[in-house]
Amino acid sequence: MPRSPRPRSSGIRRWRRCRPQALHRPPRRIAETKTGRPVAEATGRRPREIDLNTVDDANLLLAEGGLDFHIPSLSEFFPDAILFAGTPFEFNRVQLVRLIVLAVVLITMSVVAARARLVPGKAQSIVELLIEFVHSSIIENTLGMREGRKFAPMLITMFFLIFAMNLAGVIPGLNLAGTSVIGLPLLLALWTFGTYVFFGVKKHGLVGYLKHETMPPGVPKPIYLLLVPIEFLQVVLIRWASLTIRLLANMVAGHIMLVVFIGLTQAMLFSGSWLIAASPLGGALAIGIYGFEMFVAALQAFIFTMLSAVYIQMATSDEH
Amino acid sequence: MDSTLLAEVSGNVASIGYGLAAIGPGIGIGIIVGKTAESMARQPELRGQLQTTMFIGIAFTEILTLLAIVTGLIFGGVA
Repeated sequence: MPRSPRPRSSGIRRWRRCRPQALHRPPRRIAETKTGRPVAEATGRRPREIDLNTVDDANLLLAEGGLDFHIPSLSEFFPDAILFAGTPFEFNRVQLVRLIVLAVVLITMSVVAARARLVPGKAQSIVELLIEFVHSSIIENTLGMREGRKFAPMLITMFFLIFAMNLAGVIPGLNLAGTSVIGLPLLLALWTFGTYVFFGVKKHGLVGYLKHETMPPGVPKPIYLLLVPIEFLQVVLIRWASLTIRLLANMVAGHIMLVVFIGLTQAMLFSGSWLIAASPLGGALAIGIYGFEMFVAALQAFIFTMLSAVYIQMATSDEH
Repeated sequence: MDSTLLAEVSGNVASIGYGLAAIGPGIGIGIIVGKTAESMARQPELRGQLQTTMFIGIAFTEILTLLAIVTGLIFGGVA
């Protein structure tokens, strides 16, 4: 950060002048600012200066240890196009992953549904278990039996789709969750948004619906001045935006974490220095995070579906 | 007034922002889960419903930290 030299207070200058240069200890590690100049030079290291430096000096550290570690960035999520480069229909690895997952889910579900028996086999019981889970813990808990029947197909579809897309992030060979680029989460969130607005308006009428959502009863009148805009913003923006960001950020963060730990383990293992000894620790952490990501995949699918159900319930509930 | 610089922040400031943003939701989620555990100990038969409520609460609290991740990534290039 270039900065014009500023006049220092005379007290400090006098104090500095009477100090021999030898007491200026050289900085222990030369970190660099973004402009490429060493921090010590750029800031003109003064005595008593606390250097709260969070510059990313991993590169420097790694250069010392002879590591070949590629630091992941957001470009991971925008790989080069495979087909139709330069057109609006650009097709890259993320879309390929989505297509594969979609095909697998569709084929599996059709085969299981076509061969449904009264006494379920292995595949059928797994699918039934998942549907039963969504049905009992999400739909019946929030929407109830009667209302839930109407929205069950949508919510179960959502759950299976998000779960499968999230799991793609930990399946070797695919390695990138279908939901880790904003399109799919946004689409699903807008589906929820459209659904709750549509059924809310259908049930209460437009004015009735807005009143129902933004004016909870039992609040002192003046508070409405504050409450109505906030609640209105919730309904039209915050709900679906937060659904999108929650799913997206979880998947992005999870993928970056996996890449960092696996990449670091590999780099340490082949570093040819004492860092080899530390690589099992990195490997263990990577496996731990791998397991955690599977859990997150299920949890995010659950939470997305659950919140969709809650929003629908809020919109279609009877008058308070 | 003539000022002396005592501390300076340089480099990737987004990481500090993320750290600060993780404090609040961390405490919040701790309270939510702790209270849920307490309620489940009191009324084990309500376990399912309590867990559902807990996950909804966590989701609402967690979004603040997730916004911080996204903010750091989006504005990371802006010095």
